[in-house]
Amino acid sequence: MASQMKIKAKIKGDTTEVKALMTHPMENGMSKDKESGEVIPAHFIQNVVAKVGDRTVLTALWSGGVSKNPYLAFKFTGAAKGDKVDITWTDNKGATETETAAIE
Amino acid sequence: MTDAKRRILLKGSLAAGAVGFAIGAGLLTPGMVLAAWPEAAFNAQSVDAALTGLLGTAAHEASDKIDLKAPDIAENGAVVPVTVESTLEGVSSISLVASGNMMPLLASFELGAGAVPFVSTRVKMGKTANLVALVKAGDKIYSASKEVKVTVGGC
Repeated sequence: MASQMKIKAKIKGDTTEVKALMTHPMENGMSKDKESGEVIPAHFIQNVVAKVGDRTVLTALWSGGVSKNPYLAFKFTGAAKGDKVDITWTDNKGATETETAAIE
Repeated sequence: MTDAKRRILLKGSLAAGAVGFAIGAGLLTPGMVLAAWPEAAFNAQSVDAALTGLLGTAAHEASDKIDLKAPDIAENGAVVPVTVESTLEGVSSISLVASGNMMPLLASFELGAGAVPFVSTRVKMGKTANLVALVKAGDKIYSASKEVKVTVGGC
């Protein structure tokens, strides 16, 4: 399945900035369905891992307090144009999605 | 079998295959597949309990070497943009807490090798409260705080 995640990685000097947009409902398990009045079960990304090659540059641990369709930006050094950035998220139901982008 | 089912089956077996390969190659050891998600910290209903669960202590010291950017007024509490940047040396993690949320701990970012102490994301805030950034540098925890007025709560 094509990933729905969007990643942009740009290098400026020796610092690479990565911006990622993921598609996820990020339900915190506390809101109610407007029609049925039933609590919507928690469904959110718990873990995001960003790698450059074999190097893990960022591990994010999230709650349902991160907004729907999460945005994440971070920076790191020690990479070059063309290097690949991999971002993988895993949610509380075990679903996972990975996307890769080359540094521009 | 429908197409959709076949896709699911295929995806599942591919994913399992990849993980199996990674374990076999010694890249991953079972139980270490993901950094542990600190459930107690995320479910804690007070800032102190969340911080103790996450960082081992609720003690932190305000620092002007942390730049916390968030709006003064958030019209929509469901989407509050926040950026944290720090000039502290040896930063290993950045965590975000909304003091007025039922479960205050929003997110924690562990910085790996070469990471710059900078993260930007969007969070939910239930009501007007302090948004607090906690930066772990060395074995000390530093913080910066900003009040965000929330017009419509987003939790």
